[in-house]
Formats: sequence, structure tokens, C-alpha cells
Amino acid sequence: MPSLGADMDEGVLLEWLVRPGQQVHKGDVVAVVETSKSTIEVECFDTGTVQHLLVEPGTTVPVGTPLAVIGTGPQATHPASAAPRRRRAPVPARPKTPGAVPHKAPAEARRPAPFAPDAARPPAPAPVAATGPLVRHLAHDRGIDLSAVHGTGPGGRITRTDVEHAAPAGRRIPASPLARRLAEELHVSLADVPGSGAHGVVRAADIRAAAEAAGTVTASAAAPAPVRPAPARRAADRATAMRHAIGALMARSKREIPHYYLSTTIDLAAALEWMHEHNRHSPVSERLVPAALLLKAAALAADQVPELNGFWTEDRFAPGSGVHLGVAVSLRGGGLVAPALHHADTLALPELMAALKDLVARARTGRLRGSETTDPTITVTNLGDQGVESVFGVIYPPQVALVGFGRVVERPFATGGLLGVRPVVTATLSADHRATDGAVGARYLTAVDHLLQKPEEL
Amino acid sequence: MGNGPAGEAKTTYREALREALREALDADERVFLMGEDVGRYGGCFGVSLGLLEEFGPKRIRDTPLSESAFVGAGIGAAMAGLRPIVEIMTVNFSLLALDQILNNAATVLHMSGGQFPVPLVIRMTTGAGRQLAAQHSHSLEGWYAHIPGIRVLAPATIEDARHMLAPALADPDPVLIFEHGTLYSASGDLDPAAGPVDLDTASVRRPGTDISLITYGGCLPKAMAAADTLAADGISAEVVDLRTLRPLDDATITGSVARTHRAVVVDEAWRSGSLAAEVSSRITEQVFYELDAPVERVCSAEVPIPYARQLEEAALPQAVDIVKAAHRAVD
Amino acid sequence: MTAARTPKPAANPVRTARTANPARTAKAPRRTRPDTAGADTSHDRDLLRAMLLIRRFEERCVELYSAAKIRGFVHLYIGEEAVAVGVSEALTPDDAVVSTYREHGHALARGIPAEAVMAEMYGKATGCSHGRGGSMHLFDAGHRFYGGNAIVGGGLPLAAGLALADRMRGEPRVTCCFFGDGALAEGEFHETANLAALWGLPLLLACENNLYAMGTALPREHAQTDLAMRAASYGMAAWAVDGMDVHAVERAARQAVEGIRAGSGPHFLELRTYRFRAHSMYDPDRYRDKAEIEQWKERDPIATLTERMRARSEWDDKALATIERLVAEEIDQAVEASEKAPTEPAEDLLRFVTSRSAEVN
Repeated sequence: MPSLGADMDEGVLLEWLVRPGQQVHKGDVVAVVETSKSTIEVECFDTGTVQHLLVEPGTTVPVGTPLAVIGTGPQATHPASAAPRRRRAPVPARPKTPGAVPHKAPAEARRPAPFAPDAARPPAPAPVAATGPLVRHLAHDRGIDLSAVHGTGPGGRITRTDVEHAAPAGRRIPASPLARRLAEELHVSLADVPGSGAHGVVRAADIRAAAEAAGTVTASAAAPAPVRPAPARRAADRATAMRHAIGALMARSKREIPHYYLSTTIDLAAALEWMHEHNRHSPVSERLVPAALLLKAAALAADQVPELNGFWTEDRFAPGSGVHLGVAVSLRGGGLVAPALHHADTLALPELMAALKDLVARARTGRLRGSETTDPTITVTNLGDQGVESVFGVIYPPQVALVGFGRVVERPFATGGLLGVRPVVTATLSADHRATDGAVGARYLTAVDHLLQKPEEL
Repeated sequence: MGNGPAGEAKTTYREALREALREALDADERVFLMGEDVGRYGGCFGVSLGLLEEFGPKRIRDTPLSESAFVGAGIGAAMAGLRPIVEIMTVNFSLLALDQILNNAATVLHMSGGQFPVPLVIRMTTGAGRQLAAQHSHSLEGWYAHIPGIRVLAPATIEDARHMLAPALADPDPVLIFEHGTLYSASGDLDPAAGPVDLDTASVRRPGTDISLITYGGCLPKAMAAADTLAADGISAEVVDLRTLRPLDDATITGSVARTHRAVVVDEAWRSGSLAAEVSSRITEQVFYELDAPVERVCSAEVPIPYARQLEEAALPQAVDIVKAAHRAVD
Repeated sequence: MTAARTPKPAANPVRTARTANPARTAKAPRRTRPDTAGADTSHDRDLLRAMLLIRRFEERCVELYSAAKIRGFVHLYIGEEAVAVGVSEALTPDDAVVSTYREHGHALARGIPAEAVMAEMYGKATGCSHGRGGSMHLFDAGHRFYGGNAIVGGGLPLAAGLALADRMRGEPRVTCCFFGDGALAEGEFHETANLAALWGLPLLLACENNLYAMGTALPREHAQTDLAMRAASYGMAAWAVDGMDVHAVERAARQAVEGIRAGSGPHFLELRTYRFRAHSMYDPDRYRDKAEIEQWKERDPIATLTERMRARSEWDDKALATIERLVAEEIDQAVEASEKAPTEPAEDLLRFVTSRSAEVN
């Protein structure tokens, strides 16, 4: 079958104009072929005798298929084809190589054979509950992985409702490309930074302000160039930016997290007595303050009630690896940071005390390390030195709990049927109801209480 | 001015173009100017006024109103070794010669396997702003910038008007020069230190730190005015003049955006499928992670340019639009 | 008709090819070479060989196309060989040729080696356009062959520019631009004819009137089908010639070229001819009668020349066979070399986009 046009893949042999045994000459028209465009006469490029006609009229064959054999000598035979000089034996009309299959392959060729052996089939895809196109479309639109959705329809089929109830995989925080890059370089969590751009988009300035406020700009000296020298208006901007940051984060927390609140009053008589005893025998540098005991107790309790130590992400609770106690530190210029005391539950009290001092000092001078700002698994806010008795805090997303301590005060307090004046503190818990229920929270505050009654074990 | 005293001289964009032509005609006898009314009339916009008297009718050739024929003749003469400068009155008329420009000038070198370069320069007026309505006002240079095989220039300053022609003539391949109609009468001091323009580079006309205003041709003065306004608002705008629309100087464009992290692309052509789209696209392709705001575009309204003054003004990018776009990106 | 700037041929009324009297036309020109056209055995042998080379080359192209060795559009010149060969005989190597997309004949008659043309058909690196052009875009700077132009009429302004350059530099050269009857419906023809006549450019406008613009017959696209007369209206010498007779074509072309070199401006020849094959490789020929094709085949320019030579008893089958053999060898060599030739590497894709080579932008 000759190629009769650049776009021709196959042709229909309509009619033979020669018979076997007939003498033909180079240039003779020997057949009529129909292409998708027209009917065209086919000439032959050899002189000789037609020996065999290989293709029946009405047959569609791909370009390159021999149509007939023309003998040019007493013995020689070769197919009259599109390439007469390339002698080759007549081959069946259907080519073996897939590359030569005409684009318009007959429909039956694409249909699987009725008894095709299973072994020839590709392995079936991983079983995903059957879904309809609407459900797939909806899932795609919302960024939901269907394989993670539990189907409630007949036979486990995923329904529209299932998809609508499935939360998308992590809410994407709108941020400019540069902000995203800087956040990574400066170890700033995008989630903690309020966006000052249109529709709350986080921009580079927001990241820089957050990083600077957290002291990570100077800490990450290795960060590449894009941190520009701060213009004069930067200091004022920083305070504003931090206000924005706190505002956005707290608003997000209140918007997204269903808080529940618990509170208990803890008798600190034993703890403080132990502390004073300890301080009496210790150099000034190793002396403790009540906050250290409270923090240690909070950390140990978090270890005992791990449901409160971790993060709510992707619609589920992810426990923290280790207890990294966020410590809320108010800054002198206004604002607040809550860097982590890493592995606070494992620190001996003097170590914890030293670490706390160091952390507060660095927080207030803007020299925090990046991991300190991003790692807390549970946060403690201690407003005791501000004079209030109790604090019901707002959880830092994506954490699931915030512990509050008020001022240690002397109050009339009854134990064992006897009323006395004792030092007490009000411990509170704000917890994410998505992650835990009140019983877990109660268990936590009880644990704190118990721990503080045995200060020697802290 | 050309024969005047050395040193700074008050001149116009038009005179700078004429001086460049005069210099080219003086320097190389293969150079000649051909086009509608370039001779006795002195050029539709007066650019070639006086050159006929100076160089004679053989080298300052008035042509019939046959854009295809005289542009094609320029191509043939260039292929034969001459250095023709063909003037087309306006870019709208150049469409009558588009076959010659695209199918011959831009293509012959490649189609012939490198045998026939076409060292041709075509000059034409582009752009709106003179109440000439919809058949004399469009900015189609972006179409030409789409075509591989040609170089596309848009001188926006008196210095570039004066100093782009010589390197364009030295280019072995076709060069199209687009002169914005509103610039001809722009006057100023020609920097005596200015020399031949490097046709591969864009130019930073004004440095800045907060946003890049990227533009060319007739929109450059508007972008400069916008930068002044923005400075008063406390925003430091860098103004990049593309000046070579093909090949685009990616390094200067992206270098500026990498410094400022924001960009407004200003283009008098229509927005859809525009050169502004190309520039914006290259920015997102090459410096996406430097961007702190979406790339803004200020282009002409998608309307044939109307006649009435207030309608025409509303259709075209104005400095105030550039300022607004810059604020959207920065605020 | 009369035309202001029509010198000698003005006396020649525009005739149709069928009624043209070769004897009378032959008297008209003052020849630069005595007795070349029609009487010189070795010259006729050259003409015959040149026409046969085109014919056999294209026949081989049909075969190679059918075998998918050659792709794209391939417009065959078979039947029109006398035009390319006759006109080329009148040109010197210093002259320039601008051609159409049906230009294998023009390229071969101009002297571009068959091997370079065939390799271009193959898209090989050794092709005369480095595989960038293919059948429709053959170029050769060495032969001043300024390309097959595949935009009908698109070569005309460019040819005017080549002529303008010669005119401005005072070079006694001629630019010959081939185009078809279809081009007379294009604005570019009329713009160029006017410009060339206005400026008196040394341009030979060689119009190959094969009666069809692709599939549209001449009377179906032109209100006035006398093309030479229309050209003459621009104030240039113009007349019609029997394009199936290589001697008639050569005589007319020499006359025109002589006039052009003498400074009488552009000349227009309407070369009345016919293509025996389809517009491009294969088409169903629905737009013309088989009988019409057969009728024109009787005036096959190659047969006409050989008959003429035979009649003078200066020619026999043996001599013809020798020429056929030489031509066949040349084509075999061209095919063989093209088969073996290297392809252009895809890494060089951007070569020749600009003179600075690979433009990446």
C-alpha cells in the first residue's frame, strides 16, 4: 500500500486493474485505492508479470503492506509495494509491530478477547471503595483523598455526604511564594504568622517580623541573603506586626478550636516547704522559684496524660514526641512568645530552672532558636506574677491544651476536716474538645495536683 | 543638532532619530531609507525631513503605497548585501506586509539552512494617545515579539532613539524598531556620554527597592511619573525599560524582581496574549519564590482604541493606574 | 495592445500558446549566441539532458514518496520542464533566481546538484537547505538560488529587492522570479509589478501559466485570462510564449533578458504550460478531464525536442539511451548518497534561527 499523502496511515484497496499473469510496466496503473481524502490510482514501479494479488478488494491495509507480487525475471518474484526495492516476503496484512498499527484500528482489535487469560492483565489497582463521578469531582475539588474516606453507602460505597464530612487534608495557609520560602529559611511557622496582605495572605514582611520578634533572624545567621536591611520604620512595624500575629493566631484558635475549660485549686504547702528547704541548702544560682515546680509538674502530667500533649492536624490528633513545654513569656515592648523548654519532663528541677531563666532572657532579647518557637507540644501560661488568681488561656494551634497557673496565694483551706491558711494556686486547663473530653482534662489537672504533693519526686 | 557644538544639547526624540539616520547614511553607503513619503514629504512624522536633499533620491526612496512590495524589496536588497532601512507609517499598516516580515524576513535564514541572512531594519510608529482612532493607534509590537528570527526594539528615551539604529544596522538579522507616536516631540538633553545601545539588555531607568515597574516604549514616561507618585507615598519603585522586546533580557527583569519582590508590568497593548503576559509568565517561571505579591498588569482596555479624548484616555494605561496596581501589590 | 515601455515585443501581439508561430517569434530576438536555439546539436543535447534530469528525478521522488522516504508536500513539475530549462539557459551564473514551491525543476536547471536537492527531500544534513526547508524551500547561495517560496506571490517583492540592489550598485545582473498563474490574483504581484516598472528594475517575471491555481481553472479565478496583457498594463514588456517548446522558451527568455540588461526595466513572460501530475503528489484530479491531460501529454516537451532532433537525423535511440543512462546514474547516486547522508541532530534545532545561531529566547 503506497503512501499517498503525509497524513495517510492506511488505505482501502478498492479495485484491481490487473490480473495474475498479466504483464505490467513501470508507470502502469494497477489498482485503485481509497484514502480518507479521495480515490486514487496506484501505479507500479516495476516491469514484470503479476504473480499474486495479496490483498482482496474492499480490504483496509496499513501503508507499507505489499499488495501484489510482480515477477521481474524467470524466477524472481517480489511484492509490488510501497517499497519495491526493498525485497521482502509477502506478509499478512496486519503488521506485527504496534507502531505500524493504523490509528483507526478496527474496533474489535481494541475489545478484549472474551476469554483473555487473567494473567495477561495488569494487576488490579488497590481497592478503593466504588465512587461515582460526582463524588470524585467533589473530592478533587476539596482536596480530599478518597482512599482515606470511610464509605457509609451500600457495600462501603463512598457517598457525597461522606466526602462533604471529610475534612480536606490540612488547610493551606495563604502566603506569598517569598513568604513561604522565608518562613522555611527563618524557621517560622506560617500557621503562627498573621497575614497582613489582602485576604490575610502572609507576606514576607510578616515572616520577617515574626522571625525578628522570635529572635530567629539573628539566630539563623546562615539564612541566605533575602533578609533585607531593616528600614527605619521596622521597629514600630514589628510591634504592630506582632500584635497582628497574636491577633490572627488567637482568632484562628477561637474560630477553629472548640475549647473546654477546667479548673482546680491546688494546695502548695508541701511543695513550697520542700522548695524553701532546698533553697536553704543551695547556692543562689541553684535556687528554685515556685514556677519551676509548677512547670515541672505540668510537664510530668503531660507525660502521664499524653492525649493532651501533641497536635491536632489533618483532622486527627498527633501525639508529640516528647514533652516540649511551651512557656508563655510576655515581652517588655508588648506582645508574647511561647518558646519551648525541650523535654521539660526529663529535666531535674535545677536544670529546668536554669533552662527557664535562659529561655526567658533570650526571649526578651530576641535570641530564640527556631526550633524553640515551633516545637511546643503543650503550653503553660503563668500569670501569677501579674497578680491574678486564675487564667483560662487560648490554645496555641495546632496544640490541643493550654495550662494556666495564677498567683500563689494564701487562702483558708480545709484538709482532712481541718481549716488552715495554706498557699494555694489555681490551675486551669483549656483543652481542644476535638481531641479530648472533659474526663481526660480532669485526669490531667488531678495529675498535676498529685505531683505537686510529692515535690521530692519532681 | 548633529553638526552643532559638542556637549549636551537640547533635542527631541524625532531629531535624535533623524540624527541616527543621518549618521547611518553617512557611515555606510550600503544604507538607504525607503518608505511611503520619506522623501519629499519628509516622513509622515517628520523624522526624515531634509534627508532627501542631503542624500538624494537614490538613497531616500519614496515608495508607492505597497507595504508588501517595499518591505519585500527591502528583504531582497538586504539578502543581496545592502543595508536597507524601511519605514512603515504605522504598525497597523505593517499588517499589509506581515507576509513578508514573517514568511520571508524572519524565516529565510532558517529555511535556507543559514545561507541567507536578512540584515534589514524596519522602523514604524506604534501606539495611541493622539486621538487617531482604531486604525492608527494600536500596539502590535507584541505580535512581532512572538516571532523567532527577528529582533524587536522599542526606544523610549532620546538616547535610545539616537543610539539604537547603529547597532540595529550592525545586526545581521532583521530588526524591527517601534517608535511610539507620543514620543516624537519629547524633548530633553541628549546625554553626550551615551553611545551605541547594547541591544541585548533592558535598562533600569530608576532604581528602587519595593516594587518593579516593568514597561517599554510609550508607557515609560507614565511609569516614571507613577514612580514619583509612589515615592511620595513612601514606596520606592524601580522602573525597568525593556527596550528590546525580543529577545527579552530575562536577567534584568528577574534581577529587579528578585530585589523588590513585586512587579507591575505596564504594556499599552491589550492584556490578552500580550507581551505583558509573557513578562509576567517569565517572572513566575524564573523567580516565583521571590514574589511577595501576585504580578500585576496594567494594559489597555480590550477595545479598539476610540477617537474621543476621554474615551481614549480611559482605554490606555495611565500613571494613576500604575500607582493603584503598585499599591495593590505593596499594601 | 500597446505598452509604453514595450520595446521589440510590442510588435508581437499577445498570442495564445497554441497559435504562437515559433518561426515568427524566432525572427524577433537578436541572439547573444548565434544559432543556439533549435539548431545546435550539442546545445539540444544539453537541453534534453536537463529536462530528462528533472523528469526522472521527480519520477523517482514519486516512488520515494510512496515508500515514505520523502514527506511533506511534494509539488511535481512533470510536464513543465521546458520552462525551467529554457529560461535558465538565458541566465548567467551571476543572475539570481527566486522560485516557488514547485521548484525542483528550477533548482536542477539552475545547476544545483541533484544530490543536494534529493538530500533536502530526505531532510538530511547534506540537503541544500540543511533539512530545514524540504521540497518547497530549496536554497543555494552558490547558485544565487533564493529559494522556493511557498506563499503564492511571496517571492515577488523579495525578487524586486534583489533587482533593486543590482540596480543601485549598477550591476548588470538580472533577477528572474518564477511564479504561477495563481499569483496574478495576489496583491503582491500587482504591487511588485508596479514597483518594478516604476523603478525600472532588472527583473524577469516568469509566469508559469499551467492553467490551474491548485484545482481552480484559470477562467474560474481570473476575469481577464490574458495574463501577459494584464502585466503589460503596468508599463512593461510582456508577451505569451509556448511553454511546451523549450526552444521557444529559450528564445523568449534570451530576448527578455537582453532587454532587461539593456536597461529597459522588467519584462514579463507568460509561459503557457501544463502539469501532467497532480497539484501535490497525489490528488484525485477531480477538477480536470483525463482527456485534457492526455491532450497536453501529446505536447510533452521532452518528446517534442527528441522528435525535432530525430528529424534532423542527428539523433537516434542509442544516443537517447546514453543520456537516459547518464541521468539514471546521477539520480541513483543522489538517492544513494541521500540514504547514507547524516541527519541534522535535534540538538541543532535552533541553529539558523538567527545569525548568532541558537537563539534560546
